[in-house]
Amino acid sequence: MNALTQGLLLGGLYALFAAGLSLVFGIMRVVNLAHGDFIILAAFLSIVVVGVTGVGPFLSLVIVVPLMGGLGYGLQRGLLARTLDRGVLPPLLVTFGLSVIIQNLLLQTFSADDRRLDAGDISTASISIAGQLAIGWYPLVVFLVAALAIAGLQGLFTRTALGRAFRATADDQETVRLMGIDNRHTYGLAVAIAFGIVAVAGVFLGIRTTFSPDIGPGRLLVAFETVVIGGLGSLWGTLVGGVILGTAHTLGAKVDPAYRELAGHLVFLLVLLVRPQGLFAKPVREA
Amino acid sequence: MTAAGYTVERGTPASRLGALASAVLLAVLLALPFWGSSSDMRLLVEFLSMLTLAQMWNLLAGYGGLVSVGQQAYVGLGGYALNVLADFLGVNPFLSVFLAGLVTAAVALPTAAVVFRFQGGYFAVGTWVVAEVYYLLVANSSSLGGGLGRSLQAIRSIPRTERERLTYWIALAVGVGAVALVYGLLRSRRGLALTAIRDSARASESLGINVFRSTLVVYLVTAFGCGVAGALIYLNLLRILPTAAFSVNWTASMIFVVVIGGIGTIEGPIVGTTLFFVLREFLADYGAWYLIVLGAVAIVVMVWAPQGLWGLVAARFDLRFFPVQRRIRFVDEAATAAAARSGGGPGAPSGSRAR
Repeated sequence: MNALTQGLLLGGLYALFAAGLSLVFGIMRVVNLAHGDFIILAAFLSIVVVGVTGVGPFLSLVIVVPLMGGLGYGLQRGLLARTLDRGVLPPLLVTFGLSVIIQNLLLQTFSADDRRLDAGDISTASISIAGQLAIGWYPLVVFLVAALAIAGLQGLFTRTALGRAFRATADDQETVRLMGIDNRHTYGLAVAIAFGIVAVAGVFLGIRTTFSPDIGPGRLLVAFETVVIGGLGSLWGTLVGGVILGTAHTLGAKVDPAYRELAGHLVFLLVLLVRPQGLFAKPVREA
Repeated sequence: MTAAGYTVERGTPASRLGALASAVLLAVLLALPFWGSSSDMRLLVEFLSMLTLAQMWNLLAGYGGLVSVGQQAYVGLGGYALNVLADFLGVNPFLSVFLAGLVTAAVALPTAAVVFRFQGGYFAVGTWVVAEVYYLLVANSSSLGGGLGRSLQAIRSIPRTERERLTYWIALAVGVGAVALVYGLLRSRRGLALTAIRDSARASESLGINVFRSTLVVYLVTAFGCGVAGALIYLNLLRILPTAAFSVNWTASMIFVVVIGGIGTIEGPIVGTTLFFVLREFLADYGAWYLIVLGAVAIVVMVWAPQGLWGLVAARFDLRFFPVQRRIRFVDEAATAAAARSGGGPGAPSGSRAR
């Protein structure tokens, strides 16, 4: 029962991993293979900010989020934009190259040691519900933040002018230009928002567990599986996908710590075989 | 235009010269064990394994249009298949190198049933997930040594000189075989179909090409090639570790080599593999920097010179040692001039080589 609630709450973190990936894919049809490495980069940035300023990791978000957002915007305008509309390979190659570069630069700068962001008492405090059952404060906060972030994104998409621009650009970037929207700027903003969420995900990951430069690709796979289980293009689906994957991970780890990841992959493959479009997929749109 | 008015050229002066030079080079390499040191042989085995992997990824992405980031699955499975065949089943270890390829191709068939559900970017990550599954299965099976890996036992009874020479010759056969396989495949009818699919899957389908079957064949062939290369790598190293054997860095190296050298050509991966080893020697003392440099060069090439280093050379000097395209050369002088004006005549690269 405890493993189940833990898994459920872990799903919040996974949904945060997935939201950025889903956002970029939904608008630009690009899978960012460096997504996981950017999450880890954000965690290391937080370590630097905490080290320099002495603030706690939560407060470091004030600096890390805009920093990552700016990085995302610059990356899109300066590099990724040049790979769009040139087939499948260029964006994949460029983001894969970035993955290898970021991972090894972090390794050179911070060594392969395990790190952790120290958030004080909150990371261990828990609420006792009944008998053996207890819920950690921190996982609960992460879950609520994830739900808020997704609600915020949903609201942004459906209720604001920027959201309309995002959706219109995703549908047809030629026509959007005729309507006076700068599609390159729109793409830049989309990646900036995605990277802002990546920053939050990275810092929350760093508070929850130890991390090292080489765990980025693993986070990409978690994000990817979360998106696919939840269904492409569905934001709330990522939360459900995260919960399913998180539960698989904690239950697998309960059987044997070595089966943690394997259990997740198997659930993912199972969903894929039974329901290839994911649980909450929107109708498929031609790419 | 009548059939007598033109001829279809499939060779170039460079390809005839290249065939002669290749024959000479091959003779020199065949004799290497008699004049080279064992470290020369080991380096060349590494070079030839990398070349094989690169040719496979080139075929997969450059012609099949399948951008996989999970080819390390077949490198690792090939290495472990060698261990199982030679140590557990008592098969000759040198023969096992080739059988390992058949094992990985057999594994690739059900794998394709899963990963072919994805397209484009999702295919890339999907193959990566599947590679992780194979890694975890191997790393968790105690009979294969678990996370600690194992050493190849069957090879111990063979004298060192003989072992090194046989390994080297097999590597030479594999490397040359990989180039010949890709070259032969691309010059065949199926090669034409693949080039068409790469340029437009939908249009090819309407011309009667079975896109699914063609890409499946490519996926299985490359799984075979990567499996053989993996077995070869671990016949050379003798010790296998699951983390290293299933490392995504195998695929990273393949991708960077192919993109830097020139994707969609046979010469590109050869140029890229050479550059890969030169860079590795120069940056040997700088740890991870060599992968950083390789990744950065690959990004620059992809964005600003997508045809790769060999593509630049080939375009500049019209040089093709391994021509896989068909060129139409007109017999009629007037037609030649007319075609040259329209840009489709001799001298201009034929339309099929858009990349």
